[in-house]
Amino acid sequence: MKAPERYYDFQKDISGCGIFGVINKKRGLIPGDMPIQAMACMHDRGNGLGGGFAAYGIYPEHAEKYCFHMMCDDDAAIKGSEEMIKQYFDLHFYEPIPTRRTLAIPNPPKFNRYFVTVPEKPENEFRELPEEDYVVAVVMKINTTIGGAFVVSSGKNMGAFKGVGFPEDIADFFRLEEYSAYIWTGHNRFPTNTPGWWGGAHPFTILNWSIVHNGEISSYGINRRYLCEHDYLCTMMTDTEVVAYELDMLIRKHGLSWEMAAKCFAPPFWDEIERMGEEEKDLYTTLRATYGPAMLNGPFAILVADNNRLMGLNDRIKLRPLLVAEKDDMVFMSSEESAVRDVCPDLDRVWMPKAGEPVIVDLED
Amino acid sequence: MAAKRKQKTLTAGRTYYKQFNEEIRSLVRDGVTDFIIKECNGQRYLATALDGDLSFDIYGVPGQDLGAFMRGPKVRVHNNAQDGVGNTMDNGRIIIEGLAGDVIGYAMRGGEIFIKGDVGYRVGIHMKAYLEHQPKIVVGGKAGDFLGEYMAGGIILLLGMFSDKPDAPIAGRSLGTGMHGGVIYVRGTVPEDQLGPGLTATPVDSDDLKVIEGLVNEYANELKLDSKAILSENFVKIRPFSHRPYGNLYVPC
Repeated sequence: MKAPERYYDFQKDISGCGIFGVINKKRGLIPGDMPIQAMACMHDRGNGLGGGFAAYGIYPEHAEKYCFHMMCDDDAAIKGSEEMIKQYFDLHFYEPIPTRRTLAIPNPPKFNRYFVTVPEKPENEFRELPEEDYVVAVVMKINTTIGGAFVVSSGKNMGAFKGVGFPEDIADFFRLEEYSAYIWTGHNRFPTNTPGWWGGAHPFTILNWSIVHNGEISSYGINRRYLCEHDYLCTMMTDTEVVAYELDMLIRKHGLSWEMAAKCFAPPFWDEIERMGEEEKDLYTTLRATYGPAMLNGPFAILVADNNRLMGLNDRIKLRPLLVAEKDDMVFMSSEESAVRDVCPDLDRVWMPKAGEPVIVDLED
Repeated sequence: MAAKRKQKTLTAGRTYYKQFNEEIRSLVRDGVTDFIIKECNGQRYLATALDGDLSFDIYGVPGQDLGAFMRGPKVRVHNNAQDGVGNTMDNGRIIIEGLAGDVIGYAMRGGEIFIKGDVGYRVGIHMKAYLEHQPKIVVGGKAGDFLGEYMAGGIILLLGMFSDKPDAPIAGRSLGTGMHGGVIYVRGTVPEDQLGPGLTATPVDSDDLKVIEGLVNEYANELKLDSKAILSENFVKIRPFSHRPYGNLYVPC
């Protein structure tokens, strides 16, 4: 299904999905087969209406350029988005994203990728913005003004691949077994109250951020309005989109640590704050007061990545499963242990993190 | 006289759960009683709704809802288990030699679940009992939040001994929230803050100790543990503070 009529009117979607992530702390490249097989093991956590992957380290030859993965319904959308990309950026290289015809994926949109840099002296309405804000502004402009054209990802040396289908079919369509990455995340979608359309599949991304999510963000309305005040416009009709933009706003723009951003998403309960020491009590009271509209209400298990990190986080009463496993330089995060064992039978340690406590894994360099 | 046993070894591998369960059911109809399942890899619903004197030895990690609705079989998982083990199970015994996930024993109505290690959130939620049907869960490690939430009957015994989480409290927050039947026993003590609203932990009496000893002996026997070491510490109990606390919510009686 392509972009539905009046797609911007849709509110949100709830879902019971499957997620998987893996990071090699020494930047060792992990072939796409691994996340694909892990997601295939959790086939029944989705219903064929959405699958996707994010991969980091896949464009080393263009590592310093922003890579726009574009999804377009038709030739007009390609023409419009391409013109806009050329208007706002220096375009260094572009090509169709390689795909293969597969029976499981009928009538897909068209995918292209553009490797760009921000011009030294841009002459447009965004010229006063710092570089990364400039990129965000162009992403928002493409998503909101060019019908049928959507930015699937816009980071450096990373990309998102997603669409309507089971994740293993989407991987087949995008030939993901041909890629290797040092961080992978994957998602299997089970949407329940918005259409399973290509843009609504996970991951959601902005700049280098990517997120996959199992659950439902009941606070979507307030999160979306809050983001709108900060020039982030939601266009994908799936609740999870707000998390990508909140990450960018809280961590990149407001300078919060990942741990503190996680505490905005899943804050301690007031009765827990009451029992804290003075300094912590002050901190969390302020955090909740300042970032109340950024709190994510509802069940979630999320995996967040950028070029250097993988983070797993549950909602504070853990209404969705999440498991962490370690093997040598690799750390896995998954909805189910069986998916991890399928691709890595012998593990050094397996545990389930505490609700609301982020598990953060960094690259070692 | 013991009924005739017939054993069968199956390799699960990547067989789709539906096909695999169909094979098991067909073998049960053909008189197979004892299954050894190798290379289990997330197959859901194993032993679900099976009735009678059967046994399952599972190697690898079984999928969601292991032993759901089952009435009688004995299931042993030699590794970890995932979520929803023993969902609404009626009778039988499930032994997990590793850790287990969330909502273990959800709405369980009878039988036993023995877990050696840690468990996730909402274990024993909505357990219930009727006359001689008394479901029992023993957790050797530590538990996440909402242990025994809305519990209406049965016994949960939490040991906190074989845990991967040395710094965590023995149980998460909101222990026993909304419980109105049954009992939760905890080895050692449980911090007051972790209890659900209105609940208190009180010392066990000699009747409780008899129940605990019996349960620990069975548990230790199944998992080859030292029951004396387990019983060497005091226990506390958490009981509901009222019967049917929400009985008057909609229709006052």
